[in-house]
Amino acid sequence: MTLFNGVAVPREAIPSVPLDELRALLAKDRRVAAFFGVPAGESIDLILVVADDAAGTLEAARARVSGESFPSLTPDFPQLHLFEREIAEQWGVRPDGHPWFKPVRFHAPWRGRDAWGRPPGQHPQCGVMDFYRVEGDEVHEVAVGPVHAGVIEPGHFRFQCHGEDVFHLEISLGYQHRGVERALLGGPDKRSIHYAETLAGDTSIGHATAYCQTLEALAEGRAPARAQALRAIALELERLANHVGDLGALAGDVGYLPTAAYCGRLRGDFLNLTALLCGSRFGRGLVRPGGAAFDLEPERALQAMERLEMAYRDVENAVELLWATPSVGARFEETGRVSAEVARKLGMVGPAARASGLERDVRKTHPSGIYRSVHIPLSTSGSGDVYARAYVRWLEIQRSVAFLRQQLRELPAGPARAACGAPRPDLFCVSLVEGWRGEICHVAMTDAQGRFAAYKVVDPSFHNWAGLAMALREQQISDFPLCNKSFNLSYCGHDL
Amino acid sequence: MLKVLLARVQQGQRTAPFPAEPPTLPDRFRGLPVLDPSRCAEGCRACAEACPTGAISANGELRLDLGRCLFCNDCVVACPEGAISFSTEYRLAARARTDLLVGGPGDYPRAAALDDNLRRLFGRSLKLRVVSAGGCNGCEADVNVLGTPVFDLGRFGIQFVASPRHADGLLITGPVTENMRLALKKTYDAVPPPKIVIAVGACAISGGPYIDHAEVHNGADAAVPVDLYVPGCPPHPFTILDGLLRLLGRL
Repeated sequence: MTLFNGVAVPREAIPSVPLDELRALLAKDRRVAAFFGVPAGESIDLILVVADDAAGTLEAARARVSGESFPSLTPDFPQLHLFEREIAEQWGVRPDGHPWFKPVRFHAPWRGRDAWGRPPGQHPQCGVMDFYRVEGDEVHEVAVGPVHAGVIEPGHFRFQCHGEDVFHLEISLGYQHRGVERALLGGPDKRSIHYAETLAGDTSIGHATAYCQTLEALAEGRAPARAQALRAIALELERLANHVGDLGALAGDVGYLPTAAYCGRLRGDFLNLTALLCGSRFGRGLVRPGGAAFDLEPERALQAMERLEMAYRDVENAVELLWATPSVGARFEETGRVSAEVARKLGMVGPAARASGLERDVRKTHPSGIYRSVHIPLSTSGSGDVYARAYVRWLEIQRSVAFLRQQLRELPAGPARAACGAPRPDLFCVSLVEGWRGEICHVAMTDAQGRFAAYKVVDPSFHNWAGLAMALREQQISDFPLCNKSFNLSYCGHDL
Repeated sequence: MLKVLLARVQQGQRTAPFPAEPPTLPDRFRGLPVLDPSRCAEGCRACAEACPTGAISANGELRLDLGRCLFCNDCVVACPEGAISFSTEYRLAARARTDLLVGGPGDYPRAAALDDNLRRLFGRSLKLRVVSAGGCNGCEADVNVLGTPVFDLGRFGIQFVASPRHADGLLITGPVTENMRLALKKTYDAVPPPKIVIAVGACAISGGPYIDHAEVHNGADAAVPVDLYVPGCPPHPFTILDGLLRLLGRL
């Protein structure tokens, strides 16, 4: 079944196929957008949504699993590895032949059966699993976290090292798991939009837009053109704040303090621009079903434009220093390389995928809202190292600023918000938004009463954490902070 | 080298003149909610019903729990009489959980300082270990920003340190997920006494948007004793800084 971003279809239209036929969906360079389970009586329906970037379409199909397990697709399609583990953890069905079968978030199964046979009625202990181990002379293990040295979210990292060289890094998360996805079931209700805004707090606009796009498609409501533009303005400001902050943090991680200090401040200037729009530095309260809850009057737009120019002038200056400093280049280049082949196999998205040369950007390949008519050039690099991930961010900063200059000047007339009713029954909708970390995917399915029978959230980090693990191979353990920052993935977006 | 010096000139001096001067906040900033119960229609519970976290009680007496409040504006939109509005008052920190319950206008918390002994110990040098215990990373982001030149936390002698062994206390964000409960407890135990605990954000105070989820413990004080509550979702960096300075008796 061919779908389009943000367009609802009857849920019955999603074809039911034998499990083996799901493989066909992933042929021809298509990549997974979402793969999840939905209960169907005693059985589980596995729903696979893949993106065809060349065609600008999505394909979806479902396959029923009746027993306790199903043959794993991961050996042939490594990009599904985490999705299958998630399905097993939530619904207790085991992917047979999965090469890396471990819990994802360490919560009790959503229905009685536990895929790992852990004792029922007890909460699993986070991080208790079989870690991959290298053995041999002078091989040692370094364990870090969940509580880290900086102001950062919790996660556990285990390095298999030989001297300073890292053979393998295993990343075990779940500490931020707060049960949001499960709480979204049965909605929408008065908390739903707040869940969306806090799926990953630094991506409030991205996730809230994906949520509202979904809801509007299900309710057959439409956000007016002005609202679409306001959302895109906020989305690009979110991208600017985070990309600028990341370039500063990368500078800090190689000990280059001028850019670290300047970009730290400038990140705040972009957050404050978002606060000019809606009062919140993270854009809380701005994106609402039917449009935007705050309008941008001409004087405010003018002020935003002036402040944007001032901030951008200083960003240019601060980032220019990075490229002009040989010691920065020496640390950035050829550190944490991820090849295009590995990135493709893992199904990576966002700036990290683009740094490895993959042309993956929802704004270009599956545009929605204002991006259908206003195009932002796709920014790629080829070397897949820290340098490339930094440079792609710099390209995107320039392009987001150009977009904002145009939008702030030519904001479409009309209302900022329209009424959006309740979702219609028995629909299915996939909604994609290019957040600053990459593709945000929300999939919703309504029941006969129009409530969420399924609500799947895929944060870009879910695709990319394995990329960080691969980037660390054959690197020095001291390069971990730099590599980690060059991805800057979300723990809470992964843990949900 | 010349480039670096020229950049330094262009980037300029950016530290806010706080606390000598009040911070500049955006006009749409949602700070302390102001309640005007005199406008309430008999039996109306529109605000309480709209509130996503049950922060408002409107059973005869209108009260709002800042510890649960997401500052989301849903109550303001729901109220037909304009009985609730948000001011730009950013000073919101409190020492006791009950101080966060606000009623009529002018009723809001101002955190008192630590006792003399703790002030003598920590007043000019406070080292904090941050523990992120669930949540959305919003609070962490606006705690982190205190280290930038704009806020320059170091000038107040306050610093985030890498080990609980080096710390005088914890700054906790997040609702305390079941998966972080043990790590939080261990980190708390590793801080040498006397120690203080600061709960930042609606999650760490009450569970925030995740109140009563099976996977969370509704805030830091379920696991450890809390000395300072900083409301917000997330709190503005100046709200956090104001709270820290009040706790140390420096405001």
